[in-house]
Amino acid sequence: MSLVAFKPLELLTQLIEILVALAVAPLLTGWVNQCRAWLANRRAPSLWLPYDNIRKLFEKEAVLAAGASPLFRVAPYIVFATMVLAAGIIPSMGTRLPLVAAADAIALVGLFATARVFLSLAAMDVGTAFGTLGARREMMVGFLAEPALLMVIFVASLISATTALPAIAEHLATQSLGLYPSLAFTAVAFTLVLLAENARIPVDNPATHLELTMIHEAMLLEYSARHLALMEWASHLRLFNYACIGFALFIPWGVATGTVGPLALAFAVPVLAAKLVLAGAGLALIETVSAKLRVMRAPEFLATAFLFAVLGLLVHVLLRA
Amino acid sequence: MASPALSPVPVISSLSSPLAACLALLAGWILVGAAGLIRPQSVRFGGRTLFCCGALLGLALALVAAASLAGGITERLVLPVGLPDLPFHVRLDPLASAFLALLGATAAGVSIFGAGYFREGEGTAPGLLSLQYHWFLASMGFVLLADDAYGFMVAWEAMAICSYFLVTTQHRIAEIRRAGFLYLLIAHLGATALLLAFGVLQGGKWLFTFDAMRAAHLAPSAAAVAFLLALAGFGAKAGLVPLHVWLPEAHPAAPSPVSALMSGVMLKTAVYGTLRVTFDLIGAPLWWWGLAPLAAGLLSALYGAVFASVQTDMKRLLAYSSIENLGLIFTGLGLAIVFDGAHMPALAALALTATLYHCLNHALMKSLAFLGTGSVLHATGERNLGRLGGLIHRMPWVAALTLVAALALAGLPPLNGFVSEWLLLQSFLFADQIPHAFVNLLIPMGAALVALAGALAGYVMVKFFGVIFLGQPRESSLARAHDCGALERIGLASLALGCLALGLAPVEVIGALTGVTRELVGATVPHSGAAWWLLAPVPGRAISYGPLVLLATGAGVVVLTMLLVRLLYHRRVRRSVAWDCGFGGLNARMQDTAEGFGQPIRNIFQSFFHIERELPTPFDRAPRYSIAIVDRIWRGAYQPLGSLVQRLADAVAILQQGRISVYLLYSFATLVVLLALALIV
Repeated sequence: MSLVAFKPLELLTQLIEILVALAVAPLLTGWVNQCRAWLANRRAPSLWLPYDNIRKLFEKEAVLAAGASPLFRVAPYIVFATMVLAAGIIPSMGTRLPLVAAADAIALVGLFATARVFLSLAAMDVGTAFGTLGARREMMVGFLAEPALLMVIFVASLISATTALPAIAEHLATQSLGLYPSLAFTAVAFTLVLLAENARIPVDNPATHLELTMIHEAMLLEYSARHLALMEWASHLRLFNYACIGFALFIPWGVATGTVGPLALAFAVPVLAAKLVLAGAGLALIETVSAKLRVMRAPEFLATAFLFAVLGLLVHVLLRA
Repeated sequence: MASPALSPVPVISSLSSPLAACLALLAGWILVGAAGLIRPQSVRFGGRTLFCCGALLGLALALVAAASLAGGITERLVLPVGLPDLPFHVRLDPLASAFLALLGATAAGVSIFGAGYFREGEGTAPGLLSLQYHWFLASMGFVLLADDAYGFMVAWEAMAICSYFLVTTQHRIAEIRRAGFLYLLIAHLGATALLLAFGVLQGGKWLFTFDAMRAAHLAPSAAAVAFLLALAGFGAKAGLVPLHVWLPEAHPAAPSPVSALMSGVMLKTAVYGTLRVTFDLIGAPLWWWGLAPLAAGLLSALYGAVFASVQTDMKRLLAYSSIENLGLIFTGLGLAIVFDGAHMPALAALALTATLYHCLNHALMKSLAFLGTGSVLHATGERNLGRLGGLIHRMPWVAALTLVAALALAGLPPLNGFVSEWLLLQSFLFADQIPHAFVNLLIPMGAALVALAGALAGYVMVKFFGVIFLGQPRESSLARAHDCGALERIGLASLALGCLALGLAPVEVIGALTGVTRELVGATVPHSGAAWWLLAPVPGRAISYGPLVLLATGAGVVVLTMLLVRLLYHRRVRRSVAWDCGFGGLNARMQDTAEGFGQPIRNIFQSFFHIERELPTPFDRAPRYSIAIVDRIWRGAYQPLGSLVQRLADAVAILQQGRISVYLLYSFATLVVLLALALIV
């Protein structure tokens, strides 16, 4: 069966995808930050600033809080690894990924949940007010965002009769251009989930350290040096991964389908780059034009996402489209 | 009652027969229990030795049952015990074997832990506790083996009574006596429903063996009544909403190993009973029957998860989480009935596999979590989450092993909880193919509730583990907490290994369960044959999951990252105080309490709760804030019902005068009335 046959070319695609994700993810964050600065009429920071930050952090000496347990030290590696694994099963350029046999889209949601749980546990580990507050808020966002994401994937799975993300992308990409009303609903839901899960503006603000509002940053307060570098890199990767899930579900065209040669991949790279540039600019635009919600309102925002996803499901089973 | 046609009693020829071996092992538990009476006060004998023997018997039972499951063996026997003309029939088939394996494996881990756990001052004497505990185990075994309604009900009641005594181990506390009474009450309401269900199932022939029930041809309406009665009876035992109120009272009241057995195994006997009645005794369920367990299951799953996240008592939290998990199990069961009734056997097998798999998973992971709380309780004397914290430093073993349970209960890959949720979601993906209008629209919506409950379980488990083991200790007395002893550690570790094994070898587990699905729905989840590590349950579709590869790759990335960071940079670490915003005076009280951590859920799901809040006014000399969360079902349904019963009882109690002359008058009046009746008729 093609599921597990050993094919060096596909393994190579797999490896290239992961390496590209690792390399490009900070760039995407840099690009979004640059766009946000332009839109706010500020001078933009360098596109390469995230790389510089990561390098700087790796070189620093790690400071651990006195009450930190081994879980606190191990969590950054686990969170980072789950994001790398996730990058391995999302078809950003090619759809023939051997790792996908081991982890389909439901497992992908499970991987994100694993990252979230370990991040929250690590935040609770030192026992400061900020840590537990961040952990609580993160889990609050997560428990609504996770089922919404799962439902988005569910609709796409029902359409393409598989839960493997590359197979879904392949099915949707090779379809003669048909319009799925259900996917329109889920696209809205997915956008909301992406904003929430990546600590973006209506829900969280990546640029603030104000205790009343922060979620993601509150959890990272005790981290420093290499641990912080890994956590930051992991959140860059998460944004990249979410963007690529969106591409796979809603604009899958241009991904190298079928058994690929290096040429097909070479064609997929500029397409991905173009999509990322547009998506990053779009994200910056959304963030600029929307105001931060009070934390208590975040559940409503996410409940909307969940309802949109469920509506998408209903539309699908009603219309079979 | 007509005398049942007795087949000649087969002689137990040798112990090589799995059924005979199972019976012998259950008898062993009865003997071990009885041996507790020899020296009832001795912790060493009653607590240590006997529990170790019990654990060995459990292990043996698990092995025998697993072997008979693998062999697909069906055996029957008529035991020469019971009432005259009403002997016990026993039968071992794949369904019973699967649940016996669950019972044996869980009991082995829990008993080893129990050997290290029970000590002086638990209320009931250790020897007596051993009697109740082992008879509880044996009665659950007989429930699974029983092949006639009479034997089933005797074992079922024995199970309820043994567990009642175990729940009220610390019977000097009034609250625990009350919890035990509530448990006994609902257990008997359930048992009454079951008696009625068996009454309908015998189909007018008054033969109460299961064979006679299988042969009876019921009218569809009678079968539906029997099914609904059985669902109510078993639902009461499984803690399905709205029959769940006893569960969060009784499970926390019992000593932790007993809570583990009740949550892990006893609730599963209800699942076993539902499966037995629906697919075996009735045989061909109609598709719409499945909607009842499906709806009750989804409701329970959400209800349990929501309530678990606002609990402040760690064992109550786990009890509500059990309601959630049983909800997921009955959701799968309902789905299996719908698929089976709609003549889609392959999908019925898939949903049924998800159900059985989740039974196994929940047995191990919930037992593990309950035992972990037991160790914490012994080390600190505290069940209230608000007075715990930071125990990972004092109790690293318990923390690490409980973390396994928490991650598994949160349904995270690559542990076992994820596999069954994955299977359940996969079976929901086919629900739109059911050939009945409306239902094929509504059932896929159920997946959204399953996903929501699953995500909430993650919230609950972060709260559970984080508040107990992480952060700073909230009380100074916690500094004296100590890690658990060797026996307890073995018990915890064996269950944790079980969780890992179930998570990493789904193909083997599902392979072992094929006998059960073939017996019940006549189809199996096929093994794709692609690779031994790859679970691909639906042929022709690119749906697969390979936890071993996932874990190996993940671990590889972790190790590689660590090595690279070390090689390229450095591994210097400095310890310092936590960041206090420059103000100083950071203390343990500033962490989230359990109430605080549950606050978002309390706000979002406000309509689920009745909240009794007591707020201080600005003029209070000793300001006090208190909040109590009350189950709306308890207030809305149980309390009015209870007061109605009380009023009726008061009315009847007028008869009771306490004077012998009045009672003589009653007899005289009765006599006169009867004589008058006899003259008239």
